[in-house]
Amino acid sequence: MQLEITTENLAYQKTVQKIAFGGLWLCGVLVLMMLAWVVGYVLIQGGQVIDLKFLTTKPAGGVSGEGGMSTTIVTTIYLVTLTISLATPLGVGAAIYLTEYAAEAQKENRLLAILLQISRAGVETLAGVPSIIFGLFGFALFVSFMKFKFSLLSAGLSGACLILPVIIRTSEEALLTVPRAYREGSLALGATKWQTIWQVVLPAAMPGVVTGIILSVGRIIAETAVFWVTLGGSYRLPKDVFSSGRTMSLHVYSLATETRAFDKAMGTAFVLIITIVILNLSITYLSRHLAARSMGKN
Amino acid sequence: MTQKTKPTKLSVKNFNLFYGNFQALQEVSIDIPTHRITAIIGPSGCGKSTFLRSFNRMNDLIPNVKTKGQILIDSHNLYDLDIVALRKRVGMVFQRPNPFPKSIFDNVAFGPRAHGVRDKLKLQEIVEHSLRGAALWEEVKDILDKSGLALSGGQQQRLCIARALAVEPEVILMDEPASALDPVATLRIEELMQTLKEHYTIVIVTHNMQQAARASDYTAFFNMAENRAGYLVEHGSTNQLFVNPKEKLTEDYITGRFG
Ligand SMILES: Nc1ncnc2c1ncn2[C@@H]1O[C@H](COP(=O)(O)OP(=O)(O)OP(=O)(O)O)[C@@H](O)[C@H]1O
Ligand SMILES: [Mg+2]
Repeated sequence: MQLEITTENLAYQKTVQKIAFGGLWLCGVLVLMMLAWVVGYVLIQGGQVIDLKFLTTKPAGGVSGEGGMSTTIVTTIYLVTLTISLATPLGVGAAIYLTEYAAEAQKENRLLAILLQISRAGVETLAGVPSIIFGLFGFALFVSFMKFKFSLLSAGLSGACLILPVIIRTSEEALLTVPRAYREGSLALGATKWQTIWQVVLPAAMPGVVTGIILSVGRIIAETAVFWVTLGGSYRLPKDVFSSGRTMSLHVYSLATETRAFDKAMGTAFVLIITIVILNLSITYLSRHLAARSMGKN
Repeated sequence: MTQKTKPTKLSVKNFNLFYGNFQALQEVSIDIPTHRITAIIGPSGCGKSTFLRSFNRMNDLIPNVKTKGQILIDSHNLYDLDIVALRKRVGMVFQRPNPFPKSIFDNVAFGPRAHGVRDKLKLQEIVEHSLRGAALWEEVKDILDKSGLALSGGQQQRLCIARALAVEPEVILMDEPASALDPVATLRIEELMQTLKEHYTIVIVTHNMQQAARASDYTAFFNMAENRAGYLVEHGSTNQLFVNPKEKLTEDYITGRFG
């Protein structure tokens, strides 16, 4: 068959391309406009409420929603710290086990191989489970059965369950990208496997691990459902890990559903959005900075 | 020749290695003399790297590897030694320079630290000594806290040699250490090997016939059998092997007629 390139055909192809690009451009613009609208709405509405006083006074409670948001900022910081310090060692440890030990062990042991496959599938599934399920689980186990009540501890443990899959998966990916040559170089010097993991592999995987942790921080800050049923909703400052509390997200929810202070909900949402934006920027910065350092640009 | 009188450092006896069902090395027997450079040459895939990696049991990392026969270091079986102790005695330099993403100092201090040296002064001393040994000190003495990855390829490879020297090994294995380097950097590595052999036994795999002829005292020629298993065709002093090979196969290979 003779392949002919006619001007007619060329013009047709170009028209198709133009229409396709036009469509894609429209999609992009629409999405951006929607995003800008949501964020802009919250920022403009919320911006009117925000001042130093709003940030530094306690919420007063009641249906009028008087007061500021100070305790919710502090509670959020408490909860994030607690959750991350529970989930990070566990998640990174599990990821190290899966990539560095299990991969080898499962070649010898069929039962282990099957168990590992199940647990991998489990991690995948957990990452997609609606968060309220974690909330129900946390409520049943930590709040009721273990009698931690509505508390930072119950919320921290439930939150840790929520973000574990994220931390495990991102850490696993980060560990897998560490070149074999680093491991071999270390082992060839007579370092033990543990020294190799701890001093070579883990530092090299750090950018990825840190990214996973920051993503999880964002997840905790944004989460409402889990903490609604595990943290309670007291707007007072928690005294210890057994106290109930209220994060910023919960505060937005409470204000919007239980009070007339819709403007203050917007104010709190303003702070939430800014926090998330800062977190995301720090991921970009950190991963670039850390990657550059490990590439030797520093 | 005085070379003949050197005692044996590594003695390989009827050594076979299998990757699963595939036999990569077949009945290899060779003695490697102390404080000399032994070059291993042969066509691609004949098991040179596999053979080299047997000396520090690097192949143990690969699942399903089985060995038959013996390798002795100072007449002790490799497999009777603790693997950490063995790798401290038998260092390795890889084909691609693989410094850790750490400072130059930390790269060299890595081995000693892993083996328990904590004293700061002692570490500094070892680092300087090793970098001098690898002919890199003058170039990096002012930038010790820079990343090892910021160096040029040739410098990185000398850094890796320094890193290996820092644990005071007896043997240094080099797997095509210059294949990723330009001719000038290659020459520096070869010069370096000549000074290193006074204190170390060196085994080097090379694809480069001139390099083997130039830089080694002994040469071992490997080839692939019908079943693709690698075997030792002949070995001897480099001079003899290149000038007056015993086997027709060796002659064909070094004159470039195959491989
Ligand atoms: N991890 C492994 N698993 C299975 N087979 C392997 C493995 N590593 C090497 N082999 C096989 O063993 C044989 C020898 O490989 P080796 O890398 O030792 O050759 P080489 O002589 O170093 O080759 P080159 O000159 O190309 O580096 C090859 O057939 C190779 O395919
Ligand atoms: Mg090779």
